Amino acid sequence: MKTKILTATAILALGVSTAFAEQVRVYNWSDYIDEDLLTKFEEETGIDLIYDVFDSNEVLETKMLAGGSGYDVVVPSGTFLSRQITAGAFQKLDFSQLSNAGNLWDVIKERTEQYDPENAYSINYMWGTTGLGVNVGKVTEILGADAPIDSLALVLDPANMEKLASCGVHFLDAPGEMIPAVLAYLGEDPDSHDPDVIAKTQAVLDAVRPYILKFHSSEYINALANGDICVAFGWSGDILQARDRADEADNGVEIAYNAASEGALMWFDQMAIPVDAPNPSGAHKFLNFILDATNMAAASNYVYYANGNLASQPMLEEDVIGDPAIYPNADTIKNLYTTTSYPIKVQRKVTRLWTKIKSGT
Amino acid sequence: MRKFALIAIPYLWLLALFLVPFLIVLKISLSDIALAIPPYVPKWDWATGFRAFFSQLDFENFIFLTEDDLYWKAYLSSFQIAAISTIFTLLIGYPIAYGMARAPGEWRPTLMMLIILPFWTSFLIRVYAWMGILSQEGLLNQFLLWTGIIATPLTILNTNTAVYIGIVYTYLPFMILPIYAALDRMDGSLIEAAEDLGCSRLMAFWLVTIPLSKNGIIAGSFLVFIPALGEFVIPSLLGGSGTLMIGKVLWEEFFSNRDWPVASAVAVILLLLLIIPIVLFQRNQQKQAEAEQ
Repeated sequence: MKTKILTATAILALGVSTAFAEQVRVYNWSDYIDEDLLTKFEEETGIDLIYDVFDSNEVLETKMLAGGSGYDVVVPSGTFLSRQITAGAFQKLDFSQLSNAGNLWDVIKERTEQYDPENAYSINYMWGTTGLGVNVGKVTEILGADAPIDSLALVLDPANMEKLASCGVHFLDAPGEMIPAVLAYLGEDPDSHDPDVIAKTQAVLDAVRPYILKFHSSEYINALANGDICVAFGWSGDILQARDRADEADNGVEIAYNAASEGALMWFDQMAIPVDAPNPSGAHKFLNFILDATNMAAASNYVYYANGNLASQPMLEEDVIGDPAIYPNADTIKNLYTTTSYPIKVQRKVTRLWTKIKSGT
Repeated sequence: MRKFALIAIPYLWLLALFLVPFLIVLKISLSDIALAIPPYVPKWDWATGFRAFFSQLDFENFIFLTEDDLYWKAYLSSFQIAAISTIFTLLIGYPIAYGMARAPGEWRPTLMMLIILPFWTSFLIRVYAWMGILSQEGLLNQFLLWTGIIATPLTILNTNTAVYIGIVYTYLPFMILPIYAALDRMDGSLIEAAEDLGCSRLMAFWLVTIPLSKNGIIAGSFLVFIPALGEFVIPSLLGGSGTLMIGKVLWEEFFSNRDWPVASAVAVILLLLLIIPIVLFQRNQQKQAEAEQ
């Protein structure tokens, strides 16, 4: 969470703005789109696109709850979306302006309904899992050929972590994803909201804490690709992007992603329009542009995340649609769980626990 | 009339830039958290008036701060980091200011420029540059490895040491400039007089120069200490997850917990703690102004 504000302020202003040109302001996750698509949108519509990025749901939520963010399109994950809808942060979508909405995939729509009933406020942009990114060469060198690279024991068993510490391990700085993973490792319900059950995760995390190099939610892409770290507990597509960058650099680093066999979190990033968006009609144009099958396929082919757009699937490259790490097969899907948002009191306990784990106080 | 205006202007300034924002934060700190925009329910409302406000006034957010040791530990640790940084800034800043004041007249504008010049670069970029210098593969480690002083890279980035380096570097000019101003005004013949009367140079420095630059030292120390206490950017970029500072705790309350009332309570306490050094600073400035008249 430390550098989030800073990375989030990295601004990509495209095109030449004039005082009177129509503008759309989009706030999306970092490393989450093919930037050619942004230019394409501007060319097709003549709208100035202002594209800012963030790397934590918390930062986005604070902006939404403060109001007056000035953004037209934002991309919260499911649990955060549902809370923000309750707070009245979003406006209902006008599907008459979204002619491409028919491209959406029922399988994903059914699952996002638990966050956004009837999918009235949001469309799915991408979805993925949270799991283990491993530098295969280094990890097997340290732990042997039978290293448990698809098990949470890799990062939650101190015996493994003690050895891995020498080559570097990063964890996501996202308690809402890490706590459920530890609960899954302990055999508890990952979506438990019982403070006593959640408290059990502390002992597990404290035991491995000394061996964790850093808690950060975006640095691990580069760190994995460069070989600076050998394990990252992170988001599927980010790790696959690291794999891709390592391949391009041809630096001998081989990255593998696995959703943990004990169970892995399946999450959904939803595009929504803030209630006070300055340009809702422009926002709908942007959403409709993203819903276009060709555009969505280009985005997924670029960032290695699965999308909620059925019509885009024929245009996906084989290393995207054919990769079970991105589009899990029926077996893996059984192993995936979803979570719901914590009530305020529980949220406070979770954050406090997380601070305690990170800082030791 | 003129006298009245002279008094009124600074107080209006204080009212607009200090008291009003403080009251807004205080109001939020007395509110209840809610899932709404903005995420709190104010207890104060013009419509219900004072009586309703006082009847349901409670300090639960402040009481909450006393129930968890995180908060006082963070205040204490911030205090320690700010104090140690101030001492180091003084130890480095004083000789520089002294050298500047003793330099030939034609050199002084250039030296002054060298102190101010780095300020023209964004503060954020300068702190980021330190990340590049202090990291494992950074310039400092590469240099030390090259000279053979160390065999394995030192871990400096993401530790408290890096935070100290960052604060001392960033706030150094705030220490140098007031001390320089004090030394610059000093009458050189006083030193000569001290030496004529049998003081060694060191004694003259200790008995004459230091006391005469006392006001500069005090002003510089407060200018470093006060902002360092609430510093957020430097510990978050250069510090590790073990670096506990109240600025980071405040961020966590505000962003991770979305608990504005508790975040505001933390801020109110920080402000109350800062009032003591600010009042001391103010008094020092006043005394100095009176002495000059």
